[in-house]
Formats: sequence, structure tokens, C-alpha cells
Amino acid sequence: MKAEGRAFTYGNNVDTDVIIPARYLNSTDPRELASHCMEDIDKEFIQKVKKGDMIVAKKNFGCGSSREHAPIAIKAAGISCVIAETFARIFYRNSINIGLPIMECPEAVKEIEDYDEIEVDFDSGIIYNKTKGTQYEGQAFPPFMQKIIKAEGLVNYINQTSLL
Amino acid sequence: MGMTMTQKILAKSAGLEEVEAGQLIESNLDLVLGNDITAPVAIKEMEKMNVKGVFHKDKIALVPDHFVPNKDIKSAENCKSVREFALKNEITHYFEVGEMGIEHALLPEKGLIGPGDVIIGADSHTCTYGALGAFSTGVGSTDMAAGMATGKAWFKVPTAIKFHLTGKPGKWISGKDIILHIIGAIGVDGALYRSMEFTGDGIPYLSMDDRFTIANMAIEAGGKNGIFPVDERTISYMTQHSKKPYKIYEADEDALYEEEYSIDLSSLRPTIAFPHLPENTKTIDEIPEDIPIDQVVIGSCTNGRLEDLRTAAKVMEGKKVKKGLRCIIFPATQSIYLQAMEEGLLKTFIEAGAVVSTPTCGPCLGGYMGVLAAGERCVSTTNRNFVGRMGHVDSEVYLASPAVAAASAVTGKIAGPDEISK
Repeated sequence: MKAEGRAFTYGNNVDTDVIIPARYLNSTDPRELASHCMEDIDKEFIQKVKKGDMIVAKKNFGCGSSREHAPIAIKAAGISCVIAETFARIFYRNSINIGLPIMECPEAVKEIEDYDEIEVDFDSGIIYNKTKGTQYEGQAFPPFMQKIIKAEGLVNYINQTSLL
Repeated sequence: MGMTMTQKILAKSAGLEEVEAGQLIESNLDLVLGNDITAPVAIKEMEKMNVKGVFHKDKIALVPDHFVPNKDIKSAENCKSVREFALKNEITHYFEVGEMGIEHALLPEKGLIGPGDVIIGADSHTCTYGALGAFSTGVGSTDMAAGMATGKAWFKVPTAIKFHLTGKPGKWISGKDIILHIIGAIGVDGALYRSMEFTGDGIPYLSMDDRFTIANMAIEAGGKNGIFPVDERTISYMTQHSKKPYKIYEADEDALYEEEYSIDLSSLRPTIAFPHLPENTKTIDEIPEDIPIDQVVIGSCTNGRLEDLRTAAKVMEGKKVKKGLRCIIFPATQSIYLQAMEEGLLKTFIEAGAVVSTPTCGPCLGGYMGVLAAGERCVSTTNRNFVGRMGHVDSEVYLASPAVAAASAVTGKIAGPDEISK
């Protein structure tokens, strides 16, 4: 499994209130949520983003609320992967559970700039910066989480396994 | 090797003698919680699963509290979906407007949480119940759906940070000042993925309401959970509120902690988190100049309990809210509301010129009932002050204790309670 797209870079502590402000939480429709994604931190994000693009951020991405609307909005906006130094734990769980690929890689975050062309191989954890010609080794998911991601989310995983 | 309190509870929930940090386990859940924002998404996800119904109708709590009474048509539709699901699945602990409250104040009050329990909730402040010596943590809607369907959740056993609380806190120092001080010291990701284990001879001085406030904001330091040892106060709270059987767990003496902090509660001062992160803390003595404000909010899952309202009323008694400032007070549950009425606290607030709202999460997350305009400043007893949290992207939220919030309402600027109640 691979993803390819341009990078949109952000700083530390991008919180769920800026990813999807609470004023839009009266909706559960992914497309509607996507239309307001990142609105309070980057007004033009949704106009600029193309299918396959990636979000690259520093520490503690997705901190704050447990709203699954945040990874849902990001995924529905067309983002193929979020790369960060670290993720807030509920956001991390939610992303895996809904099948939004995410990866921790401080080295990649340090070097990647806005609009760099990035390629991510989820099986190996290799992040390739095509613009700069550099390569970084991201943290591949533990096997248990890979199973959930391969099943495209927790719901399918549960349907396929003996959890029930 | 010894285990922390959190690790012991998790081991029990997974049917294991022992667990160690980093281990992936599957836990049996004592309670699964959702609200009117997160449950509608969970209900949709659960419909995709090959299940007939919920795993246990007594072990699920559904509390519409964020945008109720319904703030608009879409919110009404969300609440309707939760209500219909609750009726169809005969959910015992579904709380309609009129009997509800803010979920994290309501569930302990209703006796649904006990020491040693394992709880997941599709709300980040689910960590509140650590005050009672339970393991509780926030999850998203899909985890909630899986929890409702299977009664199980997977966890990675966390490493821990120990907070050794010593000494007796000063007159106006509350749980809020303590947790803001801690977040200021370790940062908003200082406890990322880890459990925050509170201990020390200062704990007996902390009321249950103080402990709820502290555990509630563990998430604002990135923590997986925050947990207090069970003592006489906890047991007395349980006796008053619950008939549930429970089990007390204690950390092993040789448990491993990645970090340890010692905090002398007697040295703390009223503490305020400046925009736009809970870690941007200053004590009341460090504020260089007058900071005029437009709104004060007192309430929420963090600080909407009876003791919070009593403190605010003590500061505001016989005073007036500064002309031109809006002061919004929202008791966290119907029972707290009633008790505050009987004690005359609501009279004090209303006579001071504050408005008293029905229990709701509304203003805390900029939903409704107190949204800020561009350029406005609010002192709030809530838990987050992110960009745009309470309204316009150019508004500001200052997090503080009920005592500071009440004093600020009277003076129209950020102020400590000593400034007005001499």
C-alpha cells in the first residue's frame, strides 16, 4: 500500500478544534465536515488540497477532543496520510479505526516543506521526499494495528474476527 | 515486576495476572459512554457490524449533553437518533433532558462508576472517573461502537508518571489550580500516551470535586488517564452515591514510573492558562497588567459541581457583575442545579447579574449559550482555550478556577478572589 501527494505543513499541537470546529459538529456527513476541514488554522486548505495530498505536522497532532469527525474530515478532504512527530492518542486510535493512514517520523517532519512531493510506503514505513530526493524511515504500525488497517478499519476487523 | 494502579486494573480487566507497559491487551468493559455528538456516529458504525444489539443494556450510558436542549435542527436530528437507539436497545442509562447533566458530572453522581472499573467514553474528558480510582479513557465513535457491540476494547498498557502531591493547599486553591500548574509544568503533550498517577499526603486535603477536576484535565496534558488512590473520601462518596460493588486497587511499591514530580500544594497560587493552550499558565501574581474581559463562564465537566458553585457564590455574594460583562453560570447536573437553588447560590448569582443556564456543554466548545465574537475575551472554568474554541477564531479564552472566574466577573478583568473579598 502506497500513497503519493503534496505536503501541507503545520506546527505543534494542531488541535481538533482547528481541524474541525465544534460549530460544525451538528453534522455527521463526511463531505460537509471536509468542507470545513482545517478552516480555523488554514482558511484556504480546502481549496488548495487535492486527492492524495498529505498533512505534515510537528508534535501532538490532533490533541483535544475525541471527535472522530476530525480524522473523518481529513480523510474526506482527500488526504492520503498524516505524518507527524507525535500524535495525540485518541486521534491516533480514531485514525486507525476509520482507516486514515498516519505515521510518526520526526526526521521527515523536520525536512519536508510545503508542496514537497511525498511518497509513503505503509508496508515498509519508508517516506520518500521526491522534491528533495531524500528518504526517511517512519515507524511502521505494530502487527495488531496493521491488521485493523488492512481490514480498512475496526468495524470490518470486528466483523472478520472472533471479538464478537 | 511491580505494577502501577492503572496497570493492575487493566490486568484484571483482561483476565491477566500481570501486564507490562507496551503490552497490547483486550479488556472487558464495565461501562461504555457516548453523547449527542459522538453517539450518532457510533450508532451508524454499529449498524455496519454483524451484531443483533448491544452487549449489555445496563453497561452503556447515553447522555445527550453537548447541544441540548437542541440548539438547531441538525442537533435535534442527532439527539433523535440517540433517543431512538436507546429505546430500541432498552438502554437503562439513557438520560433525557430533565434528568440529564454533563456526562462526567452525571455518571459518578448516579453511582455508575466504581473504583477498579474500566470505562471508555466517546468524549475526551472521560478520564474524569480516575478520581474514583477507576481506569477511564476517551475514545472515538468507532471504539464506542465496538465497545457497545462487544463489551471489549483493546489497549496498549501505558507507562506512567507519578505526581507526588504534598502539603495543604491555601484558601482559594482548588483542583483547577493544581492541574493547571501541572499542565504548565509538563506541557500539553507532557503525559502523551501515559497514565498520570496521583499520590501523596496532600491528597486527603482534596475534596472529591477537586479530584474530579484534576483527573478531568489529564487529557489536556496528553495523558491516557489520570488516577487517584481510593481513600476514605472516595469510599464515603461511593456510599452516598452508589450501590455498585467495587474493588480497590493499589500500586505496587516497586511499580515503575518513567518520571516523578513532587508538588507542594501549599506553595500554589491561583493559576490561569492564557490563550491558546492550557500549558500557557501564569499565576495571578505574574499577570503584568489589567486584562479586561467580556465574558465569564462558570461550569462544565471540569468545574460545574456544587463546590465550584459554592466558591463562586462566596466570591460574588453581595457584589455585581461588572457592567457590560456577561457572566454565564451552568450547573453540571439537574441535581447540582437543585441543590444550588436550595442553598441560595442561584439567588446570589442572579442578584449579582449573572445568568444561570440549564446543564449543557454548549459554551465550553463554542456550540451555543455563550459564543464569543471577534476580539472578545472570556475567563472560563472550562478545560480548553484553543484557537476558536469558544467562538470566533480571533477570540480568547483564559482558563481559571471558579474563584478567579467569579472575581473576574465582578472586576471586569482577570482578578484573584483576594482582590475583592477582603
